Amino acid sequence: MSATHHRTSSVPRLAVWKFASCDGCQLSLLDCEDELLAVAQALDIAYFPEATRAPIRGTYDLSLVEGSITTPHDAERIQDVRRRSRALITIGACATSGGIQALRNFADVREYASIVYARPDYIHALATSTPISDHVKVDFELRGCPIDKGQLIEVISSFLAGRKPATPSHSVCLQCKLKGNVCVMVAQGTPCLGPVTHAGCGALCPSYDRGCYGCFGPAETPNAPSLSAQLAALGMDEEALQRVYRTFNAQAEAFREESERHDE
Amino acid sequence: MTEVRSIVDAAGLEALLEALCAQGYQLIGPTVRDEAIVYDEIATLDDLPRGVGDEQDGGHYRLTRRNDEALFGYVVGPQSWKKLLHPPVLRLWRARREGDELRVEAEPARAEKFAFIGARSCELHAIAIQDRVFLGGSYADPHYRARREDVFIVAVNCGVAGGACFCVSMDTGPKATMGFDIALTEIVAGSSFLVEIGTEAGRALLDSLPRRAASASETEEAEAILAHTAENMGRSLEAGDVRDLLARNLEHPRWDDVAARCLACTNCTMVCPTCFCTSVEDASDLAGIESERSRRWDSCFTLDFSYIHGGSVRQSVKSRYRQWMTHKLSTWHDQFGSSGCVGCGRCIVWCPVGIDLTEEARAIRESEAQKGAT
Repeated sequence: MSATHHRTSSVPRLAVWKFASCDGCQLSLLDCEDELLAVAQALDIAYFPEATRAPIRGTYDLSLVEGSITTPHDAERIQDVRRRSRALITIGACATSGGIQALRNFADVREYASIVYARPDYIHALATSTPISDHVKVDFELRGCPIDKGQLIEVISSFLAGRKPATPSHSVCLQCKLKGNVCVMVAQGTPCLGPVTHAGCGALCPSYDRGCYGCFGPAETPNAPSLSAQLAALGMDEEALQRVYRTFNAQAEAFREESERHDE
Repeated sequence: MTEVRSIVDAAGLEALLEALCAQGYQLIGPTVRDEAIVYDEIATLDDLPRGVGDEQDGGHYRLTRRNDEALFGYVVGPQSWKKLLHPPVLRLWRARREGDELRVEAEPARAEKFAFIGARSCELHAIAIQDRVFLGGSYADPHYRARREDVFIVAVNCGVAGGACFCVSMDTGPKATMGFDIALTEIVAGSSFLVEIGTEAGRALLDSLPRRAASASETEEAEAILAHTAENMGRSLEAGDVRDLLARNLEHPRWDDVAARCLACTNCTMVCPTCFCTSVEDASDLAGIESERSRRWDSCFTLDFSYIHGGSVRQSVKSRYRQWMTHKLSTWHDQFGSSGCVGCGRCIVWCPVGIDLTEEARAIRESEAQKGAT
């Protein structure tokens, strides 16, 4: 159809790539129900295995990359993705910091494989899980486990408009205050990673009376040692302090360094 | 205005709220939510935190149960009236592409008719400071003006002092002396309030309420309560020369010390009733047809706030904390003709790690004294 042909040749081609991940972040795109038609009109969704069957073909104007690099094969594949991509944006904690699977970086992955698998020699896993930016140049990183769909639309809109996305890297605290939330740490003594965590979730957990779990990784200039001292004063022991930083963004530098400070 | 003061009881106070409602005011007052006393819409006296007190210290806030039925037996909470006069997020304009044309539509300044119930003296001073910031000089903020113009203020003189309060040091309390229509002192918990009049609007309203003249002993009782509050401030700051003290200590090692503790999380600036900084953010839709610009509270503690071509001016947390504290206590005088601090103590209480600007100022002062002594 000529209309379709015209559309695919004039709008940017989008690809969505998956590496080691749970698929939750790329599903955020399908979850954009109200905006999905607008996305499909503004972009030619040329490669997206979760949604279409189109094969990999040629180059793409915008690549969204989910997942971390955990196998030798993926370490090669990401190079190919980069070559095919005009702009490469990583989405989610796996792609931006290595994800929950980066917990292997603090252990011996061969030992894990020998316990879990009947034939560990079939498993070709790297010793570490690493973010995409450790392997190729990344044009923009969108944080979160999972990402916030509003932020994803903002990133795509800003790409289309050629402007900087409004995804500030300050703490979750600022979002809490904009919402009028009462600080759960000060008013209830609830341990909260909000003061060292990158904004973007809309202060989801503190809005429901929970402390922040740090799903969006470290904020721009986090002072984790100072926060840890306060968390200790609220009753967290060394083991708990190590665990609190060792979750979805365990490999992110500020969180990794802080968790290692609480190694026995 | 010197007057014979009046006494209203709980029914009189309820009548006051009803009268304000009848005049079209939206009542905003203290109420308990999420384990704290916040400012929110109220309808009747039952919405006030009856019998509730608070315990406050650096990085620490807890509601407590008082052993009386006081309606105002606590001090300031995590929020200030700033959130109503200078909203956290505000759209400034919208634009729409229509063919080759671009139609820009400015956000109209929305007039509000707020009645603030229970504003404290430090908060009246904070509002006066923000009035100078937003309405003084050549460029007045139309949004602030529209919200500010019709505010009716029922002040409450503080019957207790908070653990982080230092209004006495800043000469901003605990007794309301300006900026109110009516001021109350709760002289018998929950049942008897001494009323003072600040404006003609306040007088007209009071005249419509059931009330009686205050006796000499009741007036003395109110004064005694306020004297007791003034004597029990949780914090103090030598405000007289702090402006010069900080100005001559911009390279003091104490800034490194506080930077090691500071989370740069922005909480102090968000809760401060005088901090007014904002940033603007643009949004556009996927089709490139519509866009809008909004402004939101921002903070001198974020990197983006001092971002100019080439990078952020204040990279280090040390430089950001110093910027905030010297602005608040020192350079605010140069810019706006007063201190930027009203001694409410919110920045101390709502700092997750309890950094205390009165303590930081004291440390710098004492190090100077020691140097002078040796």
